[in-house]
Amino acid sequence: MENNVVIRTKNLQKSFDDLDVLKGIDIDICKGDVVCVIGASGSGKSTFLRCLNLLEQPTGGSIFFNGAELTNSKVDLDLHRQKMGMVFQQFNLFPHLTILKNLTLAPMMLKKVPKEEAEAKALALLARVGLADRAESYPNQLSGGQKQRVAIVRALCMEPEVMLFDEPTSALDPEMVGEVLDVMKELARDGMTMVVVTHEMGFAREVANRVIFLDDGLLAEDGTPEEIFGAPKTERLKTFLSKVL
Amino acid sequence: MSWFDKLQQTFIEGDRYMWLVEGLINTLIITLGALIIGVLIGTLIAITKYFCEGNKKLRILNWLCDLYTTVIRGIPITVLLLMFFYIVLVSADGVIVAIVAFGINSGAYMAELIRSGINAVDKGQMEAARSLGMSKGQAMAKIIFPQAIKNILPAIGNECIALLKETSVAGYVAIVDITRAATNIRNKTFDAVNPIILLALIYLVLVVGMTKLLAILERRLRKSDGK
Repeated sequence: MENNVVIRTKNLQKSFDDLDVLKGIDIDICKGDVVCVIGASGSGKSTFLRCLNLLEQPTGGSIFFNGAELTNSKVDLDLHRQKMGMVFQQFNLFPHLTILKNLTLAPMMLKKVPKEEAEAKALALLARVGLADRAESYPNQLSGGQKQRVAIVRALCMEPEVMLFDEPTSALDPEMVGEVLDVMKELARDGMTMVVVTHEMGFAREVANRVIFLDDGLLAEDGTPEEIFGAPKTERLKTFLSKVL
Repeated sequence: MSWFDKLQQTFIEGDRYMWLVEGLINTLIITLGALIIGVLIGTLIAITKYFCEGNKKLRILNWLCDLYTTVIRGIPITVLLLMFFYIVLVSADGVIVAIVAFGINSGAYMAELIRSGINAVDKGQMEAARSLGMSKGQAMAKIIFPQAIKNILPAIGNECIALLKETSVAGYVAIVDITRAATNIRNKTFDAVNPIILLALIYLVLVVGMTKLLAILERRLRKSDGK
């Protein structure tokens, strides 16, 4: 396997009962890639993303992360998940913990990072997203945009190699979308490998180096933002773009 | 005879108020012991059932948990107490028998309570914890269970109150709890009214006290809701 391929899927399939959501997806995601996944609702883009760290167990095919086959039941999945940060549409912060504890829990528990070190790192990252003063707040005291920025920081505190974003701005009020996208842009500029399921075509166009279009459980198009938005090849993508742009 | 003389005769003569004190102590010991056993069993069953879900290998374990809750919830506590006293723990001290019987009974109800609390925690919480690399067990211990307990605290309070009052049937197997102590005083003095009223008042005070304690606990746990 090439050295710079971080995630590789081979014939990835996922069915729920008799509904086939993913019908065989092959893709290589390389280090430093910012891949935006677009597609109509029900096209399987969230399922695809959730399969990458096996939050959804694929029903066929295989997934490799840094060369290790995650779909092999013998692999230590928890260890690999530590290197794959994930950001959810609904934030999923831990409501019973302060922001600081949300950020330090996993590094301290799983990577045995000393408390002072974990807190220093968490506070530094919080400051970078402009939330240094909210360390002792609880999640419910934050706005949606703030929660999502904290959720991004929570994933970053584990020092992941890849970040997976599942429609990170879809649950936000419109005026809060920008602040979250800004954090993601900065992350992309720093060279983070990112896979982003999104409806923000502007973000995809501006930040992604690669856009994939899922249609009916298949990888219908795969190209640079210029190719996807400028010269769509398939009729389905043309129709989709005409609706969302 | 004035009412005060009557009280004097019923409770003070022969230091009979001490019967009530001793009965009260037994009632509290049984309630507390049963509560601890109940919470432990309930937690164990609820978590076992959670991990059994969707795991075919653990189907037998799941079935055993269901059997336990079905059997225990299907037998009246008085009958259960008699079974433990005369069949299961024949030579054990009465209070121990009561603690075990009430604990095992309470465990079945606690299990259902805690399970509903666990199920009420948003699925995204487990997903977020797993996505960070936590195992299912770690996520349960640090993320799911603390939230579940907070959700069901009022219901657990109800179960505590029900448990305290249920222990009043402990006298069936010759345990001198406070109800039995009041009965003994009545039999001795032929004064039926005052021991029963005092008994009712003592239970009432205990329940009000428990309610207050729970309210304080709840308020502390609610702190993180940030409202």
